[in-house]
Amino acid sequence: MSRIDAKFAALRAEGKKAFVSYVMAGDPDYDTSLAVVKDLPAAGVDIIELGLPFTDPMADGPTIQLAGQRALDGGMTLLKTLELARTFRETDNETPIVLMGYYNPIYSLGVDRFLIEAKAAGIDGLIVVDLPPEEDDELCIPAQAAGLSFIRLATPTTDDKRLPKVLQNTSGFVYYVSITGITGAAEAQATDVGPDVARIKAATDLPVVVGFGIKTPETAASIASVADGAVVGSAIVSKIGAGDAPSDVVAFVKTLADGAHSV
Amino acid sequence: MPDDLINSFMTGPDEQGRFGKFGGRFVSETLMPLILDLEEEYEKAKIDQSFWDEMDDLWANYVGRPSPLYFAERLTEHLGGAKIYMKRDELNHTGAHKINNVLGQIILARRMGKTRIIAETGAGQHGVATATVCAKFGLKCVVYMGAHDVERQKPNVFRMRLLGAEVIPVTSGRGTLKDAMNDALRDWVTNVRDTFYCIGTVAGPHPYPAMVRDFQSIIGKETKEQMQGAEGRLPDTIIAAIGGGSNAMGLFYPFLDDASVNIIGVEAGGKGVDDRMEHCASLTGGRPGVLHGNRTYLLQDDDGQILEGFSISAGLDYPGIGPEHSWLHEIGRAQYVSITDREALEAFELCCLKEGIIPALEPSHALAHVMKIAPDLPEDHIICMNMCGRGDKDIFTVAKALNFDMSDTEGRTMD
Repeated sequence: MSRIDAKFAALRAEGKKAFVSYVMAGDPDYDTSLAVVKDLPAAGVDIIELGLPFTDPMADGPTIQLAGQRALDGGMTLLKTLELARTFRETDNETPIVLMGYYNPIYSLGVDRFLIEAKAAGIDGLIVVDLPPEEDDELCIPAQAAGLSFIRLATPTTDDKRLPKVLQNTSGFVYYVSITGITGAAEAQATDVGPDVARIKAATDLPVVVGFGIKTPETAASIASVADGAVVGSAIVSKIGAGDAPSDVVAFVKTLADGAHSV
Repeated sequence: MPDDLINSFMTGPDEQGRFGKFGGRFVSETLMPLILDLEEEYEKAKIDQSFWDEMDDLWANYVGRPSPLYFAERLTEHLGGAKIYMKRDELNHTGAHKINNVLGQIILARRMGKTRIIAETGAGQHGVATATVCAKFGLKCVVYMGAHDVERQKPNVFRMRLLGAEVIPVTSGRGTLKDAMNDALRDWVTNVRDTFYCIGTVAGPHPYPAMVRDFQSIIGKETKEQMQGAEGRLPDTIIAAIGGGSNAMGLFYPFLDDASVNIIGVEAGGKGVDDRMEHCASLTGGRPGVLHGNRTYLLQDDDGQILEGFSISAGLDYPGIGPEHSWLHEIGRAQYVSITDREALEAFELCCLKEGIIPALEPSHALAHVMKIAPDLPEDHIICMNMCGRGDKDIFTVAKALNFDMSDTEGRTMD
C-alpha cells in the first residue's frame, strides 16, 4: 500500500479528515524550508505538498509566484527539491509527500530520469498543473507505471461530461479546486464546495480533498466538513514570505491542522 | 492516409493539436473545457460561409485589405542583387498584421456570446488591434502589458486607452510579453464564463496556433496571387520576422507545399546569440520545452526555468515561438536565422531613406536579413519580405538607440 493510501486508511479508521499543507521547496532558502517541512507532521499535517519552483506559475497568485521567485533566487532547482524530500525521508518514512508544480522542469530533466530520482527521493505523488488528461502520455501514465500517484485537479469547470476523463487515470486522491481562479484568491465557501465534492465522490472511490481559497482554521474546518480533507498553501507561504521564523510558521500550521481535524 | 496528404506540409495540427511533437494542450484543468469549447466553435465557424463573408467584408472595408505587394526598386538597386518585394501589411488599419487575426477571434467571441475580451501585448500592436475591434463591436477590453513594455511603447498605451481599453501593467517577472501572457491566463482562469482570451500570436494551447495561422494566412494567399500578377510566378524566397511568429506563419503557410520557395524566418538576435542569452532567438539559441500551453522551442536554463529574452523590439521579446515554426525548423522546411539589434537598426534607417517607409523594428529584422543575402543573389531571384508593421510606435526607441535628442528642436544628436 502506498503512503498516501495508508494515510487515508488510517484517517478513515480514526474518523478524521486530512489536513494537507503546501510549502515551496527552497523558500526562502533550502535550510529554512527543510526546517519547516521537517516539523509539519508534528504540527498535524497529514500530507505534505512540496512546491517545485517555476519561473512561470500560470495558475498561481502573487503569494506563490513570489515564493517560487525567492526559491529560484536562492538557487533552488528540481534536483535540489528532490534532495530536500530525500533528507526529510531520513527521519520520516510515513508522511506522504506530493510534489506540486509545472511540467517544464520535469520535461527538461527528462521524464524517465525524473521518475527514477523522484521515487528514490521518497516522493509519493505528483500534481502537475499544466498536464490535463489530454496529455496523459507525457507523465501521468509513466508515473503510475513507476509507482507514483498522479493526483488530478478537478475544478468548477469540470462538468459531468468531462469528469470521467479527469478521474480515469487519477490515483492517490482527487484535488478539487474550490474556485475558478488562481491560488490565494477568493475565500472558498463550504456551501458552494459541498455539492461539487459530493458530485465527484459519486463518481470515484478516491478521497477528495479541497484546496484554493482556504486561509483560516475556521475555513479549514468548514471545508473539511464537506470533503475528505483541506489544503492550505498561500496562507502558510505568506508567513514564510513575511520572514516569520520556522517555529512560528509551524505554530500557525498547527492551528490550521487543528481546524481541519476538529470536524 | 492518402499519399497526397502525407506529402503535404499543410495538414497539421493533428487531433491532439500537435505539429510533430510540438504544440498540444498544456493547460490547467480549469481552462481545459474552455479551449475544447473554443476548438469546437472554431471548427464550426471555419466551414461556415457566413463567418468568412463577415471576415471578408471587414478585411476589405475596415482593415483595407488586400494590402499592396510593393516592388522596392531603390532598395533593390542599392543592394545590387535579388529583386525585392514587400508585402505591405503595415498599411492595415492599426498599422500591423495583428488585426487580421483579431477580427477573426472577436467575430468568434461574439458567436460564442462572450462579452469581455482579454489580450496580452508586447509592442502594443496586438493590444491596439484588440482594443480597436472591441471598440467597433462595443465589447469590454482588458489588455495585459508588461510594465517594461508600457514604458517603451507609450504611444500604443495611449492609443489603447483612447479606444476604451483598460491597460494593466504587469510587474511580475521582468515585465515583458511572457509575463503579460501569464497574467492574461490568470485572468482567464478567474473569469471563465464571460471572457474570451484573444491571443496575438501562433502560440498557446491548441487550437490557438492553428486558428491564428488560419486568420493570418490571408497574407500569404494575397502574396501568392499578387506575385502571379506582378511576375507571373512564385517568389524564390520569402522572409519574415519572428517573435511568436504569427506574421511569418501567415506569409509562409500558403507556400509550404511550393517546394521551389525558400522560406526564412528571422529571430531577434538582440546583442548576439551566444552564452550571455541576451537575445530572443528561441530556435537558434533554445531547446524544446513546455510553456503557455504548448511544447515548443524555449529559452531556458539547465533546470527548465524560462529565461527572459532580450531585444530592442518589444514585439519580438518573447522566449518562445509558435509550435508550427518549431516543427518546420526540425523537419527543415523553413530555415531560421537571427539578426542583432544593431543590424535591425541599420535596416530601419536604410528603409526610411531608400523607400520612404518607416518600418517597425520587427520587420526591420526581416529586412536586415534581406540586406545580407540579396547582394549575392542573381537579379532574377525574387525575394518577398513581410513588412508586417509600421515604425511610428518605435521612433522613441530608435531615437534613443541612435542618440537622437527628441526634445531638441534643432534635432541635434546627443554627444
